[in-house]
Amino acid sequence: MLEIKNLHVKLEEEDKAILKGVNLSVGPGTVHAIMGPNGSGKSTLSYVLSGRDGYVVTEGSASLEGQELLGLEPEERAAMGLFLAFQYPVEIPGVGNMTFLRTAVNAQRKARGQDEVSAAEFLKLVRQKAKELQIDAEMLKRPVNVGFSGGEKKRNEILQMAMLEPKMCILDETDSGLDVDAMKLVSDGVNALRDAGRSFLVITHYQRLLDHIRPDIVHIMADGRIVKTGGPDLALEVERNGYADILAEVA
Amino acid sequence: MALAQPKTDALEARLAAMQMPEGGWSALARQQALARLRKMGLPTRRDEYWKFTRPDTLVQPDAPRAALFHNDEAPLFGDMDRLKIVFVDGVFDPQASDDLALDGVTIDRLAAVQARDAHWAQGLYGTLESRGQSPVERPLAALNTAFATDGVLIHVTATPSRPISLVYHHSDTGSDAILHHVIRVENGAEVTILENGPAAARFNKCIEIDLADEARLHHVRAQGRDHKRRAATHIFARLGRESVFKSFTLTMNGVLTRNEVVLELTGDDAIAHVAGACVGDGDFHHDDTVFITHDAVGCESRQVFKKVLRNGATGVFQGKILVKAGAQKTDGYQISQSLLLDEDSQFLAKPELEIYADDVACSHGSTSGAIDETALFYLCSRGVPRGEATDLLTLAFLAEAVDEIADEALKAEIVSRLEGWLVRHRT
Ligand SMILES: Nc1ncnc2c1ncn2[C@@H]1O[C@H](COP(=O)(O)OP(=O)(O)OP(=O)(O)O)[C@@H](O)[C@H]1O
Ligand SMILES: [Mg+2]
Repeated sequence: MLEIKNLHVKLEEEDKAILKGVNLSVGPGTVHAIMGPNGSGKSTLSYVLSGRDGYVVTEGSASLEGQELLGLEPEERAAMGLFLAFQYPVEIPGVGNMTFLRTAVNAQRKARGQDEVSAAEFLKLVRQKAKELQIDAEMLKRPVNVGFSGGEKKRNEILQMAMLEPKMCILDETDSGLDVDAMKLVSDGVNALRDAGRSFLVITHYQRLLDHIRPDIVHIMADGRIVKTGGPDLALEVERNGYADILAEVA
Repeated sequence: MALAQPKTDALEARLAAMQMPEGGWSALARQQALARLRKMGLPTRRDEYWKFTRPDTLVQPDAPRAALFHNDEAPLFGDMDRLKIVFVDGVFDPQASDDLALDGVTIDRLAAVQARDAHWAQGLYGTLESRGQSPVERPLAALNTAFATDGVLIHVTATPSRPISLVYHHSDTGSDAILHHVIRVENGAEVTILENGPAAARFNKCIEIDLADEARLHHVRAQGRDHKRRAATHIFARLGRESVFKSFTLTMNGVLTRNEVVLELTGDDAIAHVAGACVGDGDFHHDDTVFITHDAVGCESRQVFKKVLRNGATGVFQGKILVKAGAQKTDGYQISQSLLLDEDSQFLAKPELEIYADDVACSHGSTSGAIDETALFYLCSRGVPRGEATDLLTLAFLAEAVDEIADEALKAEIVSRLEGWLVRHRT
């Protein structure tokens, strides 16, 4: 599904390398988790994959289902089925949540040569998915993320994901800011989307999320590289001992 | 003080090309306006009030040529039930206009009634304009009062069933039009006035509005999109007790537009909202100049002006709130913002507050910014193409001004025109 090979990235504004040779292969239908200390480059990886400005790829490649990603516009990557649930979802005053969602769904359908969904059909679908995530109808009428609590913003990310039905979902610390019940809700939302044709890359600091969304593979990222890869047990090890042992072992 | 020679020369050159219409009841007001004008002279770029906008082409004897704008969109307000009054290059078009009969309202054309000895508008024509000449001079308005060739005189005694729609077509590339309207709304009556169209290559328009106690006036206008057209417009309004004045202006294109709004809140608890949204690409200069005087207790005024500028377009905002001594409990709000879609465009703003009462709440803010790249990336990452995403954010920026239009159908009409413009002007 997602193939990242020897990816090197530096900042456009200053000569600072952030990613220093990332290799990662996420197979169809699998869930991979990435953990790692603050500032190790996890969000940067998610931004570079989704096409944010401000980064320069100096070496390496990334592809989705065999198609090269890195030269494409963010909207083209989205239409190919890539989705990023933001660590910090953006507030957009003046743009209604519903308008935004419908515009996004229809733009992706159009890019794939499909017909637009009718307003009625769309409304029905949003209402149903919002209900599952316990997002009330009032929130849908408000501007995108404006006045949403931290947890509401994260649930809104998952709602977008559920509506857009991407193939490759990257979740950047979707658990941060969530209370215990919301974490369960969001995890249920994610688990409901799990199927053979859809893969997940879950960035998190905590084992708790991985109790709900069980990963197949866990990676540890440090200083711009994947330094260790293992099974679900690796996350438990981090939870118990922190990163010191792992980093010492690979150093 | 006598005018400097160049000012006198410029004025006489302009006046030589003009003829004052014969007027019965309006003759005195016209003569007085001419006398005012002779004292002021025409504006020059050295005048403080014209610091950001060059008046040269507005004052020169001949109107610079303006090609006609052709589009295949349906006419604005076309589907609305309205009473339509059409002017072509400033000349009344009886064929295209509706019968000027509307329950609760008397409508006369200035040109048709000015030779009479008396008219209800006699006490108003030139009066509000004259009051608006202090503390800041507005020579183009005095010129208008003196030389207006036509206009409509609207007297609203009871709320009419439909809006009055003034439509200004432009058909002659060298036309120079001067229209002067007077509107009086009586106690408790409510009226909606619509205006749209370019009117002429150069358009000088003045509206004087007198709102009696508890009268309400809604005004929505869309200025014509001919790229080379020029306009200098004035609205003078006096608001009685608990009256409401709400005005919204959409400006798309136009090489030069100066819209002055001069409001006097003279009755307690009156409400005045003025808003404007403009979008300009390239050779576009748009100036909103607003002066609101609070002269009564408990009044509210609100100014919301938003400008979207690109490819070297210029936006100007001069807005003043004057709160006179005794105008306690005044609530004054003013915001002027521009969205600069590139680095070539500029926004010049001069917000002013002058307050002589102690129990007031006034705020003003002016900002200039670019598209929020973070928001843009967020939208694009969900699959919305960059152009469409930029339009969404641009409309969101304009929303605070557009939301000032209370009527949902009118608002939808204005938004759809903005959407059309943005799509046509995508990079
Ligand atoms: N645009 C930028 N300008 C300056 N520094 C940046 C920028 N983007 C990333 N960095 C730096 O790159 C490093 C990696 O940042 P990144 O946000 O990817 O870390 P992270 O692994 O997601 O951390 P966290 O766990 O705290 O979310 C940090 O040192 C950060 O300060
Ligand atoms: Mg991060």
